Amino acid sequence: MADPKKEFDWFDKPASRKLLWWVLWITCGITVVAELFIHRHPHFEIDGWFSFYSILGFVGCAAMILIAKGLGIYLKRSEDYYGEPDEDTPSNDIDGNAS
Amino acid sequence: METLANIPPSFLLFAGAIVTVLLKGTLRNVFLVALPILTFIHIAYLPSGNGLQVSFLPGFGDSELLRVDKLSKAFGYIFTLNAAAALLFAFYVKKAIQHTAALIYIGSALGVIFAGDLITLYINWELMAVSSTFVILARDTAKAKGAAFRYVMVHIFGGLLLLAGIVMTVSNGGSIAFDSFDYANANLGTWLILGGFLVNAAAPGVSAWLSDAYPEASVTGGVILSAYTTKTAVYVLLRSFHGWEPLIWIGCAMTVFGIIYALLENDMRRILAYSIINQVGFMVCAAGIGTDMAISGATAHAFCHIIYKSLLWMSAGAVLYRTGKSRCTELGGLYKTMPLTLLFGTIGALAISAVPLTSGFTSKTIIIAAAEHEHLLWPWIVLELASAGVFLHAGIKFPYFVFFNQDRGLRPKEAPGTMLWAMGILSFLCIYLGIRPQALYDILPYTVDYQAYTTSHLVTQMQLLMFSALVFFLFLPMLKRTPTIVLDTDWFYRKGGQFFYSTCDICLNGINKIAHKTLIAGATKKLCHFATEGPANLLTLILTPIWEISGTSMEQREKLREELRENVRKGVFPIGITACLSVLLIAVLFFF
Repeated sequence: MADPKKEFDWFDKPASRKLLWWVLWITCGITVVAELFIHRHPHFEIDGWFSFYSILGFVGCAAMILIAKGLGIYLKRSEDYYGEPDEDTPSNDIDGNAS
Repeated sequence: METLANIPPSFLLFAGAIVTVLLKGTLRNVFLVALPILTFIHIAYLPSGNGLQVSFLPGFGDSELLRVDKLSKAFGYIFTLNAAAALLFAFYVKKAIQHTAALIYIGSALGVIFAGDLITLYINWELMAVSSTFVILARDTAKAKGAAFRYVMVHIFGGLLLLAGIVMTVSNGGSIAFDSFDYANANLGTWLILGGFLVNAAAPGVSAWLSDAYPEASVTGGVILSAYTTKTAVYVLLRSFHGWEPLIWIGCAMTVFGIIYALLENDMRRILAYSIINQVGFMVCAAGIGTDMAISGATAHAFCHIIYKSLLWMSAGAVLYRTGKSRCTELGGLYKTMPLTLLFGTIGALAISAVPLTSGFTSKTIIIAAAEHEHLLWPWIVLELASAGVFLHAGIKFPYFVFFNQDRGLRPKEAPGTMLWAMGILSFLCIYLGIRPQALYDILPYTVDYQAYTTSHLVTQMQLLMFSALVFFLFLPMLKRTPTIVLDTDWFYRKGGQFFYSTCDICLNGINKIAHKTLIAGATKKLCHFATEGPANLLTLILTPIWEISGTSMEQREKLREELRENVRKGVFPIGITACLSVLLIAVLFFF
């Protein structure tokens, strides 16, 4: 970049991040409220519960993150665990173009 | 026209692989993009039914190189379409070898799709394994070579299962026709065939080849590999194992496995590799459900999945191409200088997450609806959960950690023009098929009576996705990347191989060492010593009593002993002793 001052860095600003948080919370709220106005055709019993999908999404994802975090204790290893050499190929030579 | 209608599409690509070697520069690149498009048109004009039949294995009946129906055509379309986009993306590649391997790989995948019998299927299956190994090897790093070696070993194992299964099926009186297998009459042969297919589908336990090898391939290699092996496996499962109940659970396990591992991974392309396993899980599950709706849903999903997965691999590839980095811990803040790559990558990420207006929403949800229709409660819950999880690991995690997160001071240039064009075309398809899915529904094997866009469906899907997004950002501190790798089942053969090697090293070299110590250094030395000193010692032993009787003094005895030893060493004896020993020897020979 020739002039770093003009660089587009909207996403780095704390105010923008705060705004995005608000957008996220409000969108979540809208999806729940919207359910009041629609007619659903549940196939099972549980999917007829109010806000079932938001609960499934929230609890399910939280559970998966926690499980992954827990498994990470046992499964994560340092990058040289298998003792393979780590060659940093120059970026323009990843497809063997330079030779 | 009739002759043309008998040419299997794979042959066009095989021929192209040879021509590629002869061409150079831009002409070759243009040819490479044009060839899959021509093959696409060829497939579109293939009449349904059975085409080319040849008999090359006596006793096995006719091999059917070309069987055309809606299922094989749908896969044929997407395989060639994706090939055209991937090879447009690969316009920058100067070496022909990778393209030759890629064309044979894609060609053999088409060979499997249009195979009407198990022998043709097997030959193409193995060709696919070998040629894809060369695509991985084209990266030409030590890591890629190691990964390619492990990759081909696993696929040889899978191929052997398939071959054993085919031989058993045929020897049990079955035919070589490649049709559906009956779950009720399953025998060992069919189970082995299923095992061979599941190796390529990256089922749990045998999935590590995918996440091990694909991320080690080159920028273009990754894009090409992501589409074919697993989707060919999906095709054969849909064709021959539909309705096999275990597949429902295997598919469910794959969806969750893929998410958990993708969440743990640090390498962006490895995240995408695990997300292939997750997505293929949906299709395997659909094959298990086996209804018309499920099969059509899986076909639609495979079609859209190949597009958005290719797109994701392309955007990750463009980042790798420009920065030379693929770890999330080294990337971040790229939105500033690679906005178009970000845009296209995000479209792919939204499509894989089945966000409304994208192709994932109009295809993946058919499979979930098929589970609903069959009232399969637990599979349905797992699939819904997995849909939410996809948004978590591929939909948000991939773009967030690569393009946003922390600015690491990287200021790479935007991706090259041809890469952007390829990504642009696939992005367009992701959105087009999301808005007008009917074009896709029309080519599915069974008529689909499915409405993706109902208000109820839109609201529930958005609830699921938005709350997953909320969880992602709330739990962000827990998702912080670490410069680590994650152990997968390849640990067993990677560490197992090392263990086998070191065990052999300790045992065999230990035996060698002991043998050296006792035989070479020990026994030989002793034998040598005996040969040089033995006769002198023996003579001293005999002569000592004589010296004793003759009253020789100790000093003289010592002197005589030294003389004797010297004489023996030189091999010279006084004539008297020689004669005496000769008489003794003759006497011994005479009496005994």
